[in-house]
Amino acid sequence: MKYLAEHYNYWVAIFLMMVGLYPVIAKTNLVKKIIGLSIFQTGIFLFFVTIGKVKEGTASVLFNRTDVPWDKWDPAKYTNSIPTALILTGIVVSVATMAVALALAVNLKRAYGTIEQDEIDQADADDSQ
Amino acid sequence: MFNEFFVPIDLCLLALIVVLAVAVVQARNLLAASMLMSIYSLLMAAIWKNMDSLDVSFTEAAVGAGVSTVLLIGSLVQVGLEEKPRKGVHPAGLAAVVLAGGALLYGTIDMPGFGDPASPANANPVSIGYIRQDVEKVPDVGGHYKDFKQHHDYFHEHVPNMITSVIVSYRGYDTMYETTVIFIAGVSMILMLRGRRKTT
Amino acid sequence: MSENLILRVASKYMVPFMLVFGLYIIFHGDLSPGGGFQGGVAIASGFIFYGMVYGKPAMQKILPRGVTDALIAIGVLMYAGTGFYCLLAGYRFLDYTAISPSDPAGGEAWGMTLVEYGVGITVSMVMVTCYNEITEGTLPEEASK
Repeated sequence: MKYLAEHYNYWVAIFLMMVGLYPVIAKTNLVKKIIGLSIFQTGIFLFFVTIGKVKEGTASVLFNRTDVPWDKWDPAKYTNSIPTALILTGIVVSVATMAVALALAVNLKRAYGTIEQDEIDQADADDSQ
Repeated sequence: MFNEFFVPIDLCLLALIVVLAVAVVQARNLLAASMLMSIYSLLMAAIWKNMDSLDVSFTEAAVGAGVSTVLLIGSLVQVGLEEKPRKGVHPAGLAAVVLAGGALLYGTIDMPGFGDPASPANANPVSIGYIRQDVEKVPDVGGHYKDFKQHHDYFHEHVPNMITSVIVSYRGYDTMYETTVIFIAGVSMILMLRGRRKTT
Repeated sequence: MSENLILRVASKYMVPFMLVFGLYIIFHGDLSPGGGFQGGVAIASGFIFYGMVYGKPAMQKILPRGVTDALIAIGVLMYAGTGFYCLLAGYRFLDYTAISPSDPAGGEAWGMTLVEYGVGITVSMVMVTCYNEITEGTLPEEASK
C-alpha cells in the first residue's frame, strides 16, 4: 500500500505517454498525430516534475527569510529546483515545435488537398508511376 | 504545511486528466479535440501548482490554454475539421503501445518513492547547492577574483527565485540555446507560410 | 468580430491589463515566480487577443511585420551580445562579473536583467508571428468600423 502511494504518479505519467503515442502510430490524420505528440510531452513533463517534488516542501522561492543564514537552508523544505528549470523552457519549446508542425500540415494540405496519410501516400504512388 | 490535502487533490486531478486524454484521442471532430486539449492544459496547470512548481504552472497555463489552442484552431480552419472515420482498433499500434508501456512500468519498479527528500535526485549535493546558491563555479582561471573577500557564498546577494538563478546564471548557456531554438521556430514559420498563395 | 459589442468593450478593458501583467512577470522574475518565458507568453496573449477581436489591419497598424521580424532577432542578439561582451572584456562567456568588475553582485543583477529582457522579447514576438502566419487568409479582412 505504501508502495502504491509512492509510485502512482509515475504510472499515471507512463499511461499518459502511451495514450499520446497511440495516435502517432495508429491514426492517419496528421493533426491528430500532432495532438497525440503534445499529450506525450505532457506525460514526460509530469514524470520529471514528480521526481523533484519534496513531501513537506513548498515552492522554491525564498520570501524574506533573513533570520536563517544561507548555508543553513534546509533543502528538505523546498522543491528541487532542477527539474522545474528543465521543464520550464521545455514547455515553450514544445509549443514552438507544435506550431512548426502545424505549418507543415497546412502546407501539405495546400499541396495535396488532403491531410490523411494514406491518401497522401496514394497520391505519391500515383505520381511516381 | 498543507500537505494533508495533497493526495486527494492529486488523485482527483489525475483521474480527470486520464479521462480527458483518452477523450482527446477518441474524438473524431478535431475542433472538439482542440477544445478538450485546452481544458487538459488548464488541468495540467493545476497539477503543476499541486507539485509546488509555480513557474511551470504559469507557463503551462499561458502556453497551453492560450496560445496553443489558438494555433490549433487557426490551422484547423485551413485544414478541415473532421477526421476520416476508421473502424476498430489498430492491432499493431495497440500491441506496440502496450509493450512499450509495460517495459517502462518495469523500469519504475525500483525507483524511489516520490516526495522523498532523501532520494538521489533530492539529496544530490549539486541540487542542495543550487537551493543554497553556493555551488562553486569553475576555478578562477584569469585570476580576477583573488582580490575579492572569499565568502562562503559565491554571490554577495542571493536571488530569491532559485529557479531563475539556475536558468539564467548557473545554466545560462543552455537557456541561450533554448532561446535560439524558439528563434528558429519563428523564422521557419515565416519561411513556410508567408507569401504563399492558396492553390485551392 | 468587431461588430460584437461585448467583445469590443471587454477587449478594450482587458488588453492593457494583460500587457502590464506580462511586463510585471518579466520584471519580477528574480523575486517571485516568473521570468522571461512566462512573461513573454503573457504579453503575446495580450497582442493576440487584440488581433483576434479587431482584425488583421488593426494588428498590422500597431505591430507591423517589419517590427516583429526585427524584434525576434534583437532578443537573441541581446542574450548572445551580453555573453560576447563578457568574453571581450577578458572574462569567460556569460560571466556576468565583467559588467561591473568591482561589484560582482551588481554585475550579476545587470546580467540577469538584460538576459531576461532578451528572452521575453524573443518569445513574445515569436508567438505573435506564429499567430499571424497561421491565421493568414482565414480571418475576414474588415475595414475599421
